[in-house]
Formats: sequence, C-alpha cells, structure tokens
Amino acid sequence: MSGHPGGETSYVDAIRIALGEEMERDGRVILMGEDIGVYGGAFKATAGLLERFGPQRVVDTPVVEEAIVGAAIGAALRGLRPVVEMQFFDFAARAFDMITNFAAKHRYRTGLGVPIVIRGPSGGGVHAGPFHSQSPEGYYARTPGLAVVAPSTAADARGLLKAAIRDEDPVLFLEHKLLYRRAKGVLPEGDGVVPIGKAAVRREGRHLTIVTYGAMVPLALDGAAALAKEGAEAEVVDLRTLLPLDEEAVLDSVRKTARCLVLHEDARTLGIGAEVAATLAEKAFEWLDAPVVRVTAPDTPVPFAPALEAAYLPGLSTLIAAARKIAAY
Amino acid sequence: MTVSPEQQKSLYRHLLLTRLLEERMVSLYRQGKMTGGLYRCLGQEATAVGTAFALEEGDVLVPLIRDLGAVLVRGARPVDVLRQVTARADGPSRGRDAFLHFCLPDKGLYSGIAMLGTAVSVVAGMVFADRFLGKRTVGMTYLGEGGTSTGAFHEGINLAAVQKLPLVVVLEYNRFSYSTPSEMQCAAATLADKAAGYGVASAIVDGNDALAVVAAARRAVAHAREGNGPFLLECKTYRRKGHAEHDGQHYVDAEELAEWSRRDPIARFEREMEAAGVMDAAARAAVHTELDAELDAAVAEAESSPTPVPDPEFRGVRADEEDVVRRRRETFAGGLA
Repeated sequence: MSGHPGGETSYVDAIRIALGEEMERDGRVILMGEDIGVYGGAFKATAGLLERFGPQRVVDTPVVEEAIVGAAIGAALRGLRPVVEMQFFDFAARAFDMITNFAAKHRYRTGLGVPIVIRGPSGGGVHAGPFHSQSPEGYYARTPGLAVVAPSTAADARGLLKAAIRDEDPVLFLEHKLLYRRAKGVLPEGDGVVPIGKAAVRREGRHLTIVTYGAMVPLALDGAAALAKEGAEAEVVDLRTLLPLDEEAVLDSVRKTARCLVLHEDARTLGIGAEVAATLAEKAFEWLDAPVVRVTAPDTPVPFAPALEAAYLPGLSTLIAAARKIAAY
Repeated sequence: MTVSPEQQKSLYRHLLLTRLLEERMVSLYRQGKMTGGLYRCLGQEATAVGTAFALEEGDVLVPLIRDLGAVLVRGARPVDVLRQVTARADGPSRGRDAFLHFCLPDKGLYSGIAMLGTAVSVVAGMVFADRFLGKRTVGMTYLGEGGTSTGAFHEGINLAAVQKLPLVVVLEYNRFSYSTPSEMQCAAATLADKAAGYGVASAIVDGNDALAVVAAARRAVAHAREGNGPFLLECKTYRRKGHAEHDGQHYVDAEELAEWSRRDPIARFEREMEAAGVMDAAARAAVHTELDAELDAAVAEAESSPTPVPDPEFRGVRADEEDVVRRRRETFAGGLA
C-alpha cells in the first residue's frame, strides 16, 4: 500500500489509494478531469488509475470546468458516483454556477441528491502565484447544500475521500498541495473511512485552544511545542471538515481552555475563523476569558515572489505572538 | 418515419392541451392566483411538443421555460404544473421551486435551473451515465438564441461532441431573448451554423410545422441513438407574447407579430389533418371538450391543494443533516434570534 520508509504513505499516495479502493469497491465510481488519465494528474494523484480501470472510468476531458461539473451532476442523477478533479482548486471558480446553483440546491428543490465529489489541490507555499495558490473554502463553506472537507494527514485524506465518495450529496474535497508529499503517515488497516463533520484533537492542552485545518495544522503543532516551553499548553483542534463545522469539538475544547485562537491560511474576512468566532460568541460567551483571535493571511491575493509569499502566509512568530497576547489577557 | 393517423391524433391532443393549459394559467395569473411570473409559449407549441414526441420511453429530457409542451408529452400532468405555479405543498417541488423546475425521474424528466446553458452538460452527463450502464438512452434539452450565447452551452456541446454523446439540443429560434432580438444575440447566420464549430450534426426546420418538427426530431434522435454524437436541431419559430406576462412587448414590430399569428402551428396542423382526413372539426371539438373537462378538474384540484407549511427545522438540504438540524435547533432555542 505504501512505498515510503517506516510503512508510511504520503498524502497524495493516500488519495490515489482511496480512489483505487473506492473504484474497486463500487463500479459506479468514475473519475473526470483534465490530464488525469494518460498523464496521471498534474500532481500524479491519479497515476496508474487509467491503466487499472480503463478510459470509461477515468475520463480525460477538454478544458471545460463548468461542463465537467455539469456532466458529473447529470451522471450522478442517473446512478454513477463521479469524482471530478479540478487541476487546481482555484479553477473551480469557473464552475461556481454549477457547484452552487445546480449541485448544491438540487436535493432541496427536487428531492434528488447529487452524489458528486469535486477534489483538487488548494493552498499556497509553493511559489505558484495568485491563481494556483488560493484557499477557496470561504466561497463554498457558506453554501447550503455542500459539504467542504480539508484533511491535514495522509490517513484523513484517504478516510475522508472515501466518506466523500460514499456521501449522497455534493462534497468539495480540498487537498493541500504543500501536504501532498510533506505529510506522511501510517494508513490504518481495513476500510479506514473517516466521518465527515468530525474534528480531531491533535494535541491536548488546558490553556489555549488553537482551531485550525489543512497545512496550518503542522504550524499549529510547532507553535504548541514552542508555547509549551513557556508553560502554556495549547490544544490543537484540527477541524478536518469546514462545512458542517464540528461545533461540539470546538466548544468542548473552549470550555476547558477559555481561550481560543483560529489559525487558517485563507484570508481574514469572512473566512472560517469568522464563523468559529461568531459561534463561540453565541454559544461560549460565558466560558471565554479572552477575545477570540484570528491568525490568517491578509486580505490580498496570494503573491508570487518567495519573499512576498513568506510574509503573506501565517508564520510561527505571528502565531506565538497572538497566542501570548490571549494567554496574558 | 411518417406520422401515423393515431400518432397525429396524439400529437394534436398534446398541442391543444399545451395551449389550453397555458390559457388556464393566464386566467389564474390575471386573477392573482398564481405565484411568480408566467412565461408563455404561445406560437411555439409545435417545437416543444413535436421534438419531445420523437423520444422513446426511457429517454431523458430537461426543458426550458417555453417547453411546457415537452413536459406534458413526457408525462407530467396538468395538475402537477398547476400546483407548481400556485406554489402548493403537494406540487412536485413542494413549493421550493417554480414552474417547470421539477423532476419526475421515473419519466426521465429532470429540471434545469434559471442559468441558461447549464442543462446541456448536465444532460450530456446523464446520457454518459446511461451509456456506461449499457443503455441506449437519448437526452434532449432546449435553448433559445440567448442560451446559445452562454459559455455553459459552448462547454457542454464541446464535451458532448468529444465524447460522442447521444444528445439532441433543440435550438428554439424564436426571435427574442427577453427584449434582445436575434441579430443582437448572435452574429452567425443561423444557430445551426454553430454546429460546425463543434464538429456535430445539425438541421434547420420550420418550428411551426408540427409534422416537419416530428420528422426532423426523429432523424436527430436516430442520429444520436446510433452513436453519431450530438445533434443541434434549430426550430424556426416566433415568441408571440412577451418574455413574461409583465412584458408588453413594445419592442416588437406589430406587423411581424401579426404575420406570425397567421402562421399559428395549431391552426396549421388542424388544416393539414382536415385535408388528410385524419380529424375533422367534430373530432377536434370532441378533444377540446374532453381537455376542457380535464383542465376544469385539474384547476379545481390545484386550487384546493394545501399551502406549504414552513419547516421550523429547515430540512431537506442534505441527506446527512441531523447534526446541522440539532445545532440549529439549539442555537435558536436559546432565544438568540
């Protein structure tokens, strides 16, 4: 199952493994996207699947993001389980109408679900510039009818992708391109499915809750290690699913720590941090001993030059400074 | 490929039902009993009815706003449509969407959305799936000139063409997209001209000649079903009413409108059937009487149907929604909103 030392599997390999496992398990699962077949995907997430399952199930499409999603919707309505790849999740913007108006609203207004998955690489840190580095969850996690998932580990990438494929309604599966080869882990034996809608506590602590997801999880853990040396024990809650948000996990942690910081790579305004902060204000006001603070990218497009991008992405010193401020409040 | 006398009688029944049902909706609209706009298809009935008539059981169809006739041919009942336009709880979308936006999947009838062109790739995906599953389904959908301007149309046809999908797209050239005349919508000489750009087949037919439409649609459907790829069927017709009832059509040339009224597709078909000895005036009157009675009952049934009751839990968005519903209940139970 893995080719890495220590029995570990990389995040991108785990995605490929999940696709292969689901396609074996269910003959209705098909893949559609650009360069996913012969080329194996721009990031090799689908390498070998065309050879294994054939061109009827691994479909190379023209550059028609809107129509790929539309075709997936139609195929899902007639009984297939399409998994659409967006070569970069930034390009899903071209299918925004299909995603938010056709797929998301379908069950509500007709009673028929649309069991599609739209997956692809999101996020920055690879000097890819404004159109290949976005964190687009803000656009979609506010759309009723969708689920939005953002795994941070190889095991979760595999498990949540399986859950997404088995879901009866549309799921947006935001992979992080920086984690493709950097995140490695042991895949559990057996099915390994991870439920959508449940967060995971990555590190326990009693002084501060750091709510985060995606490629910011390793940063949060680095921050927690540094804070521990100062006697501040941070609890790291990895949301894993952004819509629906696991409120109970966040509330359970904040009731213990009374202080919360949200860390995400997405820009500040109307990001997931805004939703978490509003929820805590409504449901945990009595428990909080400090304001909820958001550590995010600034409200600008993602810059290209390494020096500019490094300043754009949330970093360890910014995270620690914010955590110290809340701890001292 | 000729349309038999029995088939002609069925064709006539559907044409007349479309016309008479729409007149009932006009009446409801003017009495203030309808919810939302009324988008009439007066003068375009032969296009919608004739094309849908060419499909077989098991084929799939997504209509556009002026394809009431297609929806009826595929098996929707007048009471279904009337409940939709009067926003009833037991209409096929249960009050959550309007007019022809509903699905009857057992009849292969699915719903488009307001954004034009999107149905092309969705129906392409439907027939892709059916072909994958070993069926010989043909998919049919509709667009006016305006819809063919969209990127969604372009992408959908392109994808269907490359995949050689059994898709028939009926292009209803009815001269207006809301207030925009066709020469301001498209610079190509005909909509069918666009087919060459995608490498697909096309034809142009008089959309007000019911028998010609059926014949042309049958050829298009056969082309698709036999694995030759998509077919664009341009039906030349005319929109005799405004975009919707509120639109007084002040931008329409009165002489042109009068000319097209003289080319009414139902009157034409009546003359043709009379001349061929298929149906005489008495036979047509009998159908009219029967349909009037059917529509009387359907209107009464719709008017006595219940109004939707809002769900305080706002269910039906996703199959797996219990956690979301519970949280919503807890949030608002605290009296916060």
